[in-house]
Amino acid sequence: MMQVHSPQFKERASAALADAPLQKALTRFRDGFQAKRAAAVAGLPEFEALRDVARDIKNHTLAHLDFYLERYADNVERAGGVVHWCPTADDARAAVLKICQDAGARTVTKGKSMISEELGINAHLEAHGMEPVETDLGEYILQVRDEPPSHIIAPAFHLNREDWEDSFRRAHTELPADREFHERRDILTEARARLRNKFLTADVGITGANFLIAETGTSVIVTNEGNGDLTQTLPRVHIVLASIEKMVPTLEDACTFIRLLARSATGQDLSVYTTFSTGHRREPDLDGPEEYHVVLIDNGRSGMLGTEFQDMLRCIRCAACMNHCPVYGAIGGHAYGWVYPGPMGSVLTPTLKGVDKAGHLPNASTFCGRCESVCPVKIPLPSLMRHWREREFERHLTPPVARRALGFWAWFAKRPAAYRLATRLGARTLKLLGRGRGAFQSLPFAGGWTAGRDLPVPEGGTFMAQYARRQRGKT
Amino acid sequence: MSRDTILNSIRRGLKRGPLPADQKAMLDSRLMAHPTHIIPARSRLPRPQQVALFIANLEKEFATAARVPDADSVPAAVADYLAAQNLPARFAMAPHPMLAAMPWDRFPMLSFEARRGQGSDQASLQHGFAGIAETGTLMLPSAPERPTSLNLLPDAAMVVLRASDIVGAYEEAWAKLRATNQDALTGGFMPRNVMLVTGPSRSADIEQTLELGAHGPRNLHVIIVDDDPAAIPDALA
Repeated sequence: MMQVHSPQFKERASAALADAPLQKALTRFRDGFQAKRAAAVAGLPEFEALRDVARDIKNHTLAHLDFYLERYADNVERAGGVVHWCPTADDARAAVLKICQDAGARTVTKGKSMISEELGINAHLEAHGMEPVETDLGEYILQVRDEPPSHIIAPAFHLNREDWEDSFRRAHTELPADREFHERRDILTEARARLRNKFLTADVGITGANFLIAETGTSVIVTNEGNGDLTQTLPRVHIVLASIEKMVPTLEDACTFIRLLARSATGQDLSVYTTFSTGHRREPDLDGPEEYHVVLIDNGRSGMLGTEFQDMLRCIRCAACMNHCPVYGAIGGHAYGWVYPGPMGSVLTPTLKGVDKAGHLPNASTFCGRCESVCPVKIPLPSLMRHWREREFERHLTPPVARRALGFWAWFAKRPAAYRLATRLGARTLKLLGRGRGAFQSLPFAGGWTAGRDLPVPEGGTFMAQYARRQRGKT
Repeated sequence: MSRDTILNSIRRGLKRGPLPADQKAMLDSRLMAHPTHIIPARSRLPRPQQVALFIANLEKEFATAARVPDADSVPAAVADYLAAQNLPARFAMAPHPMLAAMPWDRFPMLSFEARRGQGSDQASLQHGFAGIAETGTLMLPSAPERPTSLNLLPDAAMVVLRASDIVGAYEEAWAKLRATNQDALTGGFMPRNVMLVTGPSRSADIEQTLELGAHGPRNLHVIIVDDDPAAIPDALA
């Protein structure tokens, strides 16, 4: 299973801020995703209304999840598929291994799947003598480099072209050493040629699922490369890894989600391949897998039902929250220390791995609210992060200095007159100290804060003073 | 039983036992009715504009389109396309009756095999079940006469689509499949695989910059057979 490095969040975040190649990649990344999503959303006037519909469909499904899972499983079996119910990650790894062993598998191709990262499927197969091959281009280079993904839909965004070239030259040594990699296209062509052979010779193909459809017993994957489709079409055995909250009732319900997913994720109107799989090859068909298995995984999801974190189960893993997060945008995904980064990861990681390990993550938020405002299923991410902060405080996991500071702040917050006086004096002092310069590069008692950024010198009155003045102006 | 472990854990979270029969019946009737939700207005257009929107959207996604007046004109359009792409006049064809009935004998320089896709295929000709104007998307349900591998393995994928099979929204394409398809195994409408394809394969994994032709086709070409008089714009009629 992927190791949890979330306890070292602060050290990892500091390292990320000082990592020049990562910062270069992050600049490219922020501008791209945000502009593309905005353009796609502007092109669909119904987008906002669809978000409400999507939230309601997921809420309905979660409220009846036991029913829909049973209907789904019945329909998978009717189409010749096998459902493996796996309460834990151990159960799921064992189920995947057994299917691969029964198939006599040597090579296992894989479509991109975050649940596979969560379960650590690759390491488990390797430990049992099989060769898992990631086929999504980004996942493939990460496998070559032995790195985890840094983003849930753009797993290798943190790499620059020189990293790609260097890794390909080192990994593909059977090719001439002086071959040219001037263009991105050259890298793509080499990966295509190399992986084409893997697709054709693999014994088992493993994909994730973006959705499961109860009505028909269908799993849905969404890709741009076509690698997921080759993975599930060509090998003799297809394994779908899906967590239980991927469920939607009908194809018509799924239509609402596919209208939201690509627009929220990459800013496309629809991904290139949206593929619906239902069971194994039919008798007269010329292609398709002879076996179809669904490894249906709980691994902590059912424990979120009925808690304040139930809303998180609506997540469709589009990555809009991290694409719009100022914290993620400053440090990238590896700093978060586990599979799921950004705001959704800051809610999910403490849920699945424990707030004692991942307590830093929900604290790494400015609560600016952009994540919630772009979430296609309207998950109140800032509120959920706040819940984690409260739980962390209640369980006395917050460091003593922070607890004392919070107590200090609370004393003022409960006494408005004292609060106003203190902020007025504080602002005035800073203004005096900061005369002639725009910002402080360091301040006593705030070295940790100013190490990463400058504090602007206050201008004008405090918020409360300005607010009071404006209120007076209105009447 | 692991199945019961998961279901019971869900019910504990939801603070209830298994659903009573009347509630199950209500949910089953929702599945039977499969209600539609908000359908974007963009594809609700007169037929000629709907087909034009389909073409505009697929071109936006880097696919190409050609319109021919009838099925007999498809072989010439195939020959033209392969020549224009500098591809050999050879392709793998879906064993679909509509394609088989075309006058291929008039084009002896074209060679084809009716079969599934293979790893070394340079070009394929597939039969399109439906076109969806909303996003310029093809619906390609698997069937013995429509092998999935033809959508994925060739460098250049050609698809023949009748204009009368172009609809506005995703829901209309599913309605068409529900109404016309019967699966050999389940007796339901859902085949083993349904691909919604929007343009040629691509990746933006290298520096967030789009490159076409990742693992699937580098080119996607749709040959539209104008069999629907209502869909033909005045300029072509």
